[in-house]
Amino acid sequence: MPVPRAVVIGGSAGALEVLRMIVRELPQSLSCPVVIVIHLPSHSSGLAELLGVDTPLTVKQAEDKEPMVAGTIYIAPPSYHLLVEAQRSFALSVDPPVHFSRPSIDVLFETASDVYGAGLIGVLLSGASEDGAAGLQEIHAAGGTTIVQSPLSAEVAIMPAAALALFEPTYVWSPNDIASGLMSLVSGRSP
Amino acid sequence: MMPEEQPTSTFAVMADNGRGAGPDLHQFLDRLFDLSGVDLSGYSKRALLRRLRSLLSGEGLSGLGELCERIGNDPRFLAHVLDRLMLRVTTMFRDPSFFRLFRDRVVPLLRTYPYPRLWVAGCSTGQEAYSLAIVLREEGLYDRCRIYATDLNEAVLEKARSGVLPLVALDEYEQNYRAAGGIRALSDYYVRGETSAVLDPAVLDRIAVFRHDLARDASFNEFHVIFCRNVLMYFDEALRYRVHQLFSDSLVRLGFLGLGQSESLHLSRHESQYELLSRRHRLYRRVG
Repeated sequence: MPVPRAVVIGGSAGALEVLRMIVRELPQSLSCPVVIVIHLPSHSSGLAELLGVDTPLTVKQAEDKEPMVAGTIYIAPPSYHLLVEAQRSFALSVDPPVHFSRPSIDVLFETASDVYGAGLIGVLLSGASEDGAAGLQEIHAAGGTTIVQSPLSAEVAIMPAAALALFEPTYVWSPNDIASGLMSLVSGRSP
Repeated sequence: MMPEEQPTSTFAVMADNGRGAGPDLHQFLDRLFDLSGVDLSGYSKRALLRRLRSLLSGEGLSGLGELCERIGNDPRFLAHVLDRLMLRVTTMFRDPSFFRLFRDRVVPLLRTYPYPRLWVAGCSTGQEAYSLAIVLREEGLYDRCRIYATDLNEAVLEKARSGVLPLVALDEYEQNYRAAGGIRALSDYYVRGETSAVLDPAVLDRIAVFRHDLARDASFNEFHVIFCRNVLMYFDEALRYRVHQLFSDSLVRLGFLGLGQSESLHLSRHESQYELLSRRHRLYRRVG
C-alpha cells in the first residue's frame, strides 16, 4: 500500500482518550504530518502538551503559514479555523464558526482533501456535533482513505453517525482498531 | 442540492457545476476590482475559496460565472458579496491576557510620550479599538492618545464609528474584559437597549475611523503602537511582506506591534527588527 501523504483527525466530546491511544501507536518513523482538530473550550490550549507526553514525536500547535513537516503532529489553535494551503502549509482564519465550532473539522478536512486528494487519511472520532461528516465525505470522494469510529464504541455517537448517514467510509473501527489500523496505514501496510 | 451533486472539492464548486467554462478565481477577482475598486488579489486563496463556496451555496448560485453576472447587475448584491468576502469576526478583549500584558508592559511606556498614537490596522467592526480605548481610559492616558482605526471594508467602518455592540456578544465581552484586568464592569461603558448596546461616546471620543487599504495605501502617520491582529493571516506572502514593510515605516523605534495569538513574525523577513515581549503572546517591540 502507498504511504499516505497526510493524516487529518477530528473529534469532539469523548474523543480525547481515543486520540491519546492513536498518538501512542504512531511510529517514531512517521513519514507524514498528522493534523488534529478537537473541539475544546476556547481557553484550553494544553492539548499539545497533553499529547506530547504520549509520544516521542513533536506535537505542537499549528501556526499561521507554517509549513507542514513529516513526522510532526499539529493541533489546531483554539478559536481559529485551520486550513491547508496548496503549498502544504497552514493558514488560519477567524471566519464565523461552522456547525457552531471554530476550529471546524469540516474546514480542515475539506482544505486538506483539496491539497492531498487520494493521499489523505481522514479519521472522525466520537463527538456531539455533525461537524466533520461533510468534510470526511469529501476526502472519500477525492479517493482518500476514511476511518470512522464505530458509533457503538463512541462515547457520543452523533459525529460518527452523521458521517455514516452520508456515505460508506473505508473503515468503521473501534478505538483499538483505529489506533493499530492507523499505525499500519501510515507505515504503508494493510491494516 | 442532491447528494450525488455534492461538490467534491472547493475548486469543483467554482466551475459552474462542471460546465467548466466559468471564470476562475483570478478572473473573478479582476471583475470584482473593476466593479468596486477593491483588490483582493493578495488575499489567501484558500480562505477566499472557502468564503466563495459558502456564499455560492447560500445564494443558490451555480458558480463564479453566475456570481460575476449578479454582481455586475446589482450594486447592492455587489456590496453584500464584498462584505462577505472581507468580513472578519472580532471580539472585545480577544485573548484577554494579551490585553493584560499590554496594560502592564506597554501602557507605562506610552505614558512617556506626550501624544501617543495607536493604529488598529484592519479594525473590522471596531472591537479592538474600543478595547484599547477602555484600557487607556482606565489608565488615565486616553485624553492625550489618538487611536486610528482603519479597514478596507466600508461596510464595517460605519459600524466601527457607531459604537454599537451586539447583545449576544456582551457576556463574552464582559468575561474577556474582566480576565484582561478591567477595573470596573464593562457595562459601565455601554447603554443596553432592546436590540443592541451602544458604547459611551466618551469611549469613541479619541478614535478616528477611516478607510485604508493595506494592499495599496501608504503610511499616514508615525505610531507608537500598531495592532494588526488576525488580519495578515488572510494575506498571501507578497502582501504580508508589503504590510510588514508599511508597519516598519510607520512605527517609532521602540514602538509596539501586536499580532494575533497564532500569528508570528517567526517566518517573516522582518523578524530581526523586533523582539518579543512575552513568549506566550505576539506582542513585539521594535528594536531595529
